[in-house]
Amino acid sequence: MSTLDVIPDSGTAPPTATEPVSLRTVGRRFGDHEVLRNLSLSVRRGETLVMIGESGCGKSVTLKLMISLLDSTSGNVYWEGRRVAELSRAERDRHRLRFGYLFQNSALFDSFDVFENVAFGLREAGDRGEADIREVVVERLEEVGLEAEICSKKPAELSGGMRKRVALARALALEPAVMLYDEPTTGLDPVMTGVINRLICQVRRRRPVTSVVVTHDLSTVRAVADRVVMLEPISRLAADEPQAIFSGTVAEALASNDPRVAAFMQGGGASLEREAG
Amino acid sequence: MLDRVESVGDFSMFAFGVLGQLVSGRPRRRVLLETMYVVGVGSIPVVVVTGVFIGMVLAVQGYDSFHHLGMETRIGSVINVSLVKELGPVLAATMLAGRVGSAMAAELGTMRVTEQIDAIRALGANPVGQLVVPRFLACFLLIPVLTIVADTVGIVGGWVFSTQALDVNSHFYWAHSRAFVTAFDVFAGLIKSVFFGGAIALVACYHGFHCRAGAKGVGRAATVSFVVSFVAILALDFFLGLLLNTTYRLAYPQLPSLL
Repeated sequence: MSTLDVIPDSGTAPPTATEPVSLRTVGRRFGDHEVLRNLSLSVRRGETLVMIGESGCGKSVTLKLMISLLDSTSGNVYWEGRRVAELSRAERDRHRLRFGYLFQNSALFDSFDVFENVAFGLREAGDRGEADIREVVVERLEEVGLEAEICSKKPAELSGGMRKRVALARALALEPAVMLYDEPTTGLDPVMTGVINRLICQVRRRRPVTSVVVTHDLSTVRAVADRVVMLEPISRLAADEPQAIFSGTVAEALASNDPRVAAFMQGGGASLEREAG
Repeated sequence: MLDRVESVGDFSMFAFGVLGQLVSGRPRRRVLLETMYVVGVGSIPVVVVTGVFIGMVLAVQGYDSFHHLGMETRIGSVINVSLVKELGPVLAATMLAGRVGSAMAAELGTMRVTEQIDAIRALGANPVGQLVVPRFLACFLLIPVLTIVADTVGIVGGWVFSTQALDVNSHFYWAHSRAFVTAFDVFAGLIKSVFFGGAIALVACYHGFHCRAGAKGVGRAATVSFVVSFVAILALDFFLGLLLNTTYRLAYPQLPSLL
């Protein structure tokens, strides 16, 4: 096994209060199906961490663990050094507002129009007047490059790229400290992929946000990543091997000697060769 | 077997969660009104049509036996007692389970599959409070109204068919009906309907929330929700009927009873 070039992740050190999210030896199974095993990872404040890996290696599940939409079946998730499992439900709900989550298929509420979708979190917070909410909604929509006229449309009337941008505006409405992006460019054309990549960078330039991006898309990796972490499906891991097989910069990932990282970073060809033996 | 026990436990936890949310906050007015419109106004046509037919069917089926005994004017009492105590509430509940319950399970199932339920949580809201409470309230509050509609149109249907097609004397038809149908019968039917409505909403929302992935999962949630609701309606009908009859006999021991 070639792990010579693996940059040790801070994942094995004790979590600190300066890390918005840390995972330590986390495992997750659904019934008999094990998705995550022995995953340790730290997200450093202010960085844009891109998680790559084959489909089914547990990237999206990891994001859901990070925001506590799912609980781990073993190991611990920490928010700013505090164990999530020890927090009360109310504390978790409150802290979760510090996260923004862009869902894979946008997950806009079908029965609400665009305005109500973006305003949802603001209304739930309950501390703003209607005029204030309208102002924030229009501001966020402008930030993602959408006109205020779109407000009265239902999600079903929008294209995939527009839905993604509305979902991004909704996730940004509460000014999150951590943005989690679940495959933000999947299913989009190359032009829209470029737009979304630029938006992810722009979001980060405008505010002191920490970002975690799950993607298969190499253009996203190149455009946004400060650090790349690669997860390997557990079926291919040695018994005691950690699931995050690589952590380093994009350049380091591109230069990696590990065939698994190289296969991913250089497209599918090497991966096919590996499968063929 | 263990799975069954586990799902009963899950369902109970879910129901308590709904009760908790009912107590802790009021649903958004607009969402509640929209849901009530779909549940209430949307169900009226189908309840009216089925109610009329049930009333007429009772007349058709009961007439021969009563005619044979020369007591056809008493048919009104049988039709009306059956309607207000049993058929009206059960019919309204069945229609609600079929029309609204499965749609709720499918809608919430789709929301689960497309991560909209996760999105609600990620935005700091409680999905049970947002999605289940308005649906529960709409079913719980409106099913008595639908039951009254089913009772009324059934009574009218039975009466029209008996007097116009079967030539039963209208005056005696009503006289016998009044003698047999008590306010308690109507009340018992309405009490039962409230339980039916609550059960339908809880079962539908539970199956929607625990929907498996994909279109197949959503379809299955809708089907299972209807089947379970229907069984729950009949089981509740039996046990509540028993309970209400016992209560009635305890309150009025001097009155004759079938049991």
